[in-house]
Amino acid sequence: MSKVLMKGNEAIAEAAIRAGCLNYFAYPITPQSEVAEYLSWRMSEVDGVFLQGESEVAVGYMIFGAAGAGVRVFTTSSSPGISLMSEAISYLCGAQLPAVFVNIMRGGPGLGGILPSQADYFQATKGIGHGDCRLLVMAPASVQEVVEMVMTAFPLAEKYRNPVMILGDGLIGQMMEPVEFPDHLKSEPTNKDAWASNGIDFRKGSKRNLVRSLFLDPEKLNDNNLELRAKYERMKREEVRFEAYNTQGEYSVLIVSYGTMSRVCKTAIETLKAEGIEVGLIRPQTLFPYPEIAVREAARKSSCRAVLCIEMSMGQMVEDVERCVQGARPVQWYGKCGGDVPTPEEIIDLVKRTLSPM
Amino acid sequence: MQSEVMFAGFGGQGILLSGKILAHAAMEEGYEVAWIPSYGPEMRGGTAYCLVVISDKPIGSPIIKNPKHLVAMNRPSLDKFAYAIKPGGVILSNASLIPNPAGRSDVDELRVQTGEIAAQAGSAKAANIVALSAFVARSGLVQLKTLKHCIEEEFSKRPQLIPLNLKAMEAGIAAAQKE
Amino acid sequence: MAKTFQRPRAMFEAHTHYCPGCTHGVIHRLVAETIDELEIRGRTVGIAPVGCAVMAYNYIDCDFQEAAHGRAPAMATGIKRVRPDLMVFTYQGDGDLASIGMGEIIHAANRGEKFTTIFVNNAIYGMTGGQMAPTTMPNQRTTTSPFGRKTEEVGMPIRVAELLATLVTPGYITRQAAIGPKYIQKAKRAIRQAFQYQLENRCFSLVEVVSTCPTNWGMTPQEAIHWAEEVLLPYYPLGDLKTPHDQQSKEKSCKAK
Repeated sequence: MSKVLMKGNEAIAEAAIRAGCLNYFAYPITPQSEVAEYLSWRMSEVDGVFLQGESEVAVGYMIFGAAGAGVRVFTTSSSPGISLMSEAISYLCGAQLPAVFVNIMRGGPGLGGILPSQADYFQATKGIGHGDCRLLVMAPASVQEVVEMVMTAFPLAEKYRNPVMILGDGLIGQMMEPVEFPDHLKSEPTNKDAWASNGIDFRKGSKRNLVRSLFLDPEKLNDNNLELRAKYERMKREEVRFEAYNTQGEYSVLIVSYGTMSRVCKTAIETLKAEGIEVGLIRPQTLFPYPEIAVREAARKSSCRAVLCIEMSMGQMVEDVERCVQGARPVQWYGKCGGDVPTPEEIIDLVKRTLSPM
Repeated sequence: MQSEVMFAGFGGQGILLSGKILAHAAMEEGYEVAWIPSYGPEMRGGTAYCLVVISDKPIGSPIIKNPKHLVAMNRPSLDKFAYAIKPGGVILSNASLIPNPAGRSDVDELRVQTGEIAAQAGSAKAANIVALSAFVARSGLVQLKTLKHCIEEEFSKRPQLIPLNLKAMEAGIAAAQKE
Repeated sequence: MAKTFQRPRAMFEAHTHYCPGCTHGVIHRLVAETIDELEIRGRTVGIAPVGCAVMAYNYIDCDFQEAAHGRAPAMATGIKRVRPDLMVFTYQGDGDLASIGMGEIIHAANRGEKFTTIFVNNAIYGMTGGQMAPTTMPNQRTTTSPFGRKTEEVGMPIRVAELLATLVTPGYITRQAAIGPKYIQKAKRAIRQAFQYQLENRCFSLVEVVSTCPTNWGMTPQEAIHWAEEVLLPYYPLGDLKTPHDQQSKEKSCKAK
């Protein structure tokens, strides 16, 4: 298929269909409502299910119900809406159900704003819901990448029987870029008969399936949590993804940045290169699991004098960067989160200031 | 080489559409493109703008402080963005609604009566296509035949609008040459 | 010799955890009998609430999902929309449905989701230990209304069946009781009717079942039944509030642009 010019939000919608996900429940919220608008007509073309729920709370459980019935299902929302869905995400993790959530982040806290932000990093990677639950979190930096991530999210959710989140910022949803769609995926959860409440008659055997997260027996609850932990540890071994940019040569500063922010950093890096200043970039594509080794090793390169974590938040991912660098280099945070994306000029300035007193 | 074009005006002037057609045309010619809208409540009736980035390399920052070119469809847009345009860029201003020039000597300013020209072509609503075509003719960012093809494609679902918009395109190109 | 009474196939052979005099067990049985009679066990998915019936799946033998508090109608919506061929029912108490889950039940009913809700109303929170519910009666003492429900502070009890019956879309809304054989027989007919409507893909159904909670009411089972008849039934009258045979809506729709 040739390239088409598409808005990120519409590309997300189409990518889900190409991923074989024909079930979508959602509640409108800026800046991602185009996903629901697109799917409101597109799902009827492919005989899929589209439903606008009465709230994000309800939508979270429509996702739960559908996932529990053994089908591919997803929703999209933005920060305040994800907060409302976070309860259901905890239940999905506890009941070990696969589903895909897309968060096109806007500024917070509270109503915040509607412009791009990366301020839900903690929420997505550390504290999505109550209990020991985790999401596999992917962070796209372009419309093409969000398409690819949406399409890999479904098989990953099913591999781990755990929700997966695509964490994009408002620009990823609103921007139009050329995209190419990979071939259709046809499969659905292959292991569903082992766990889905999809009707005894529709499976082999006569045993019923129970989808639940309640384990009153302390040993059983502990066992369930150990099972979850084992999955999260496996994600750390098998699913880490990142991009290393300009890290081959000798760089004096390492930037760690993701999503739209990382693109701004790349422009700054190119400009600085022309001035003779080399800066490397690690761009995490998965935020959980985090590219710990990549960040640690890149920071410890002998030429590297400082690490900058640049994000559209007041300093969230920087805690992971500090954790990885383990004090080997000074780590500095820079960011904005009102909706103005830091410009390449600001980053160039920042790099120069970082280098000047040393 | 990277060029950036800011399209700005009132909501309802077809600002986002003009930008989309240009981005599409550049994509057809093999460039990397990004189209970034302003979004939010200000879109309804207030200022609408979008930025089109065209490059022969993968596009880094989609956030551009100083775009190379500007297509300003109303006075607040010209006031807001004219100062930021890089020297040597093109500023197309809609003379139908903007009485005074931008007052910059280091840019190529093109004033076009888009409203009147579009009305003569058949409908004042096609002023955005007049402006876009005049801008493309002057800046040479994409070939005119690609522009034509993309206008046709944009209106393919409402084919009755194609002749009007192609007429508006021709008139816009002519206006750029007259200047 | 022919057996005239036996455990329904759709019930496990298990002792329930319910208190003496509680009617959950009876209502479970009515659901299980219905599943047997309609021969739908293999394509039925139940949704257990948060409340005393959270472990309903330990007694009713079919596929089950366990809901978060109040969200059963949203989950049923999710299942029914993606698998309309499954028979889906929610089993909810008054705290679950009428308090925290009021939004979900109203919207599911109003969309006409084609599942069945069994709503057990015993005028109190059971599992958490006898707190005030939206259906608690005026002056009724609970652990969070120790001086009796003060209606000037918290309003009058909600009549859920009447409230949902004001909606245009839902097809079958009825109130029954499980406090004696004559009531139970009628409740059974209503539950079976509700499942039948779902089987015919006709409408959303809600069967409210007035029930007892001797433990949290501080009564013997016998006293509880009397209290339910004397206090609850006058306020929560039994009978059908809405059936699919009622006059269809004559509301005008607006013209599409």
